[in-house]
Amino acid sequence: MSAVDISTTSLREAVALESRPSRPSAVASSFTFAWRALLKIKHVPEQLFDVLVSPVIFTLMFTYLFGGALAGSTDAYIQFLLPGILVQTIIIVTVYTGYTLNTDITKGVFDRFRSLPIWRPAPIVGALMGDTVRYTIASIMCIGLGLIIGFRPDGGVLGVVAGVALLLVFAFALSWIFTILGLLLRTPNAVMGVSMMVLMPLTFASNIFVDPSTMPSGLQAFVNVNPVSHLVTAVRGLMAGTAGIGDVTTVLISAVVMTAVFAPITMYLYRNRH
Amino acid sequence: MTDHAGGPPPLAVEATGLVKHFTSGKKTTKAVDGVDLTIPHGSVFGLLGPNGAGKTTVVRMLATLLRPDGGTARVLGHDVVHDADAVRGAVGLTGQYASVDEDLTGTENLLMLARLYGFRGRAATQRVANLLEAFSLTDAGSRQVKTYSGGMRRRIDLAASLVLSPRVLFLDEPTTGLDPRSRNQVWDIVRVLVEDGATVLLTTQYLEEADQLADRIGVIDHGRLIAEGTSTELKRSVGQGAVDLRLADATQRAEAAAVVHRVLGTEPTLPTDPYALNARVPDDGAHLVAQVLPALGEAGIAVPEFSLGQPSLDEVFLTLTGEPLPADETNDGAAVEEEVAR
Repeated sequence: MSAVDISTTSLREAVALESRPSRPSAVASSFTFAWRALLKIKHVPEQLFDVLVSPVIFTLMFTYLFGGALAGSTDAYIQFLLPGILVQTIIIVTVYTGYTLNTDITKGVFDRFRSLPIWRPAPIVGALMGDTVRYTIASIMCIGLGLIIGFRPDGGVLGVVAGVALLLVFAFALSWIFTILGLLLRTPNAVMGVSMMVLMPLTFASNIFVDPSTMPSGLQAFVNVNPVSHLVTAVRGLMAGTAGIGDVTTVLISAVVMTAVFAPITMYLYRNRH
Repeated sequence: MTDHAGGPPPLAVEATGLVKHFTSGKKTTKAVDGVDLTIPHGSVFGLLGPNGAGKTTVVRMLATLLRPDGGTARVLGHDVVHDADAVRGAVGLTGQYASVDEDLTGTENLLMLARLYGFRGRAATQRVANLLEAFSLTDAGSRQVKTYSGGMRRRIDLAASLVLSPRVLFLDEPTTGLDPRSRNQVWDIVRVLVEDGATVLLTTQYLEEADQLADRIGVIDHGRLIAEGTSTELKRSVGQGAVDLRLADATQRAEAAAVVHRVLGTEPTLPTDPYALNARVPDDGAHLVAQVLPALGEAGIAVPEFSLGQPSLDEVFLTLTGEPLPADETNDGAAVEEEVAR
């Protein structure tokens, strides 16, 4: 490293700040944190790799390996499977919210944010807004692959967009669970491990891959109350153009409930952690 | 805040009886156990203590990151619990580890903070450009922080703390792990900031650092402030210091030791260097020091080097706590090699 001289003059000038700006609004600070999340996608594109590889593998594997056996033909099965795979993909991506938050805490960046005179939830809300972009990219990839291998949704563009939008709302609400884990657990890897343990039963014990009518009754009961099943039913319905108001409303209510319960817990932990 | 007309000048930092416990499992430890601090405007206060003494916890409470379990603290007149946002708007914090986002570039990090402090558009980019230049990081601005050397990381961290030109700056072990040149740069930066009127609270494990920068030093151990004063006052509280001799002829050392012992009345110590000889000056024995050289001259012992040293802060710490300060591991060889290797 070459010798670096700190210029006293420019340091003085930088320190002598003639006017202090007024504090930014809650919305402006949240957007700044969302911008940061996007910069991280730009600088660490590998993080999208994980997000994109598993849905590709799952879609191809289930469609061609089991599709014929499960639905008579791979072509029939992809119509059933794709909305489900999409839901699974996005739900697994929500784990990264907790992972990223925990990484920020372990690296000390969060202390810096907490020492700023800003709207307190801004770092978390902004991160979730940035994550929504990640979910959108994953959705586009997943649907794009589906279209290539024969997914032909009857709901048309409008139905698909509505399905994705509903999924994003649910994912935003679900993320608050992972922000709690991110604040409670010690290391990013612990967050990853615990989250996956929660998500595996939620995604597999659902109607993502198969119609639950052949499952044992105990499992069926779980599948029927699993909010992921309701989400899948609603997204499937929207994309097929057959969704009932009831399915969509159930999902929206569960999203509101999750946010109302878990967002305040997150903020409490965030304010009081040491 | 500054309208205490006639009264004593308001303090930059004022803490009374700060307490913080940490509970892990069934065990509760008192990380900070009743710390009082008064730091006047424009001064540097050094909080000196070994790892785990409670330095960082004190700073985190003052910077509103931790809520005290007991006691009160005011920064620039604002209570750190009830008026936390006012404190946050007026202080800057640099942690032990660079608290900037390693994935982002230096410019992006500063731009994010500038926007969060309320700078908009061109004002924000201008502010960032000024800071990068002030910290000699203009060329590195477009690189991700993870590629920076240790010294550069600390500079970007300091720049990040100074986006809003805080009146009070908390520096938590600002030079830990830095090579000597980077350490000197940080010291120079702190001096400039203080000349310009900032108040600095600095924690350190390094005696030399506290000695170099701080107007007043508080020695902290096991969560308690066990001594406070200027560097000279602390040293004086330990004793009168020591005489250090260097002889022209190593074979005369035993004889010289006997002479010194006779004059000062204390037992000289013999360092590994066969030419060297040290002896503590006894309490109320300052007047005897002047007699050491003539007595050695009469005995025919040549003394090319003679110095009267104050006790080091190391000795101060040893006297106050009964334990020596932990060895200074990170600030020399290893760090330099690491820096050169980059």
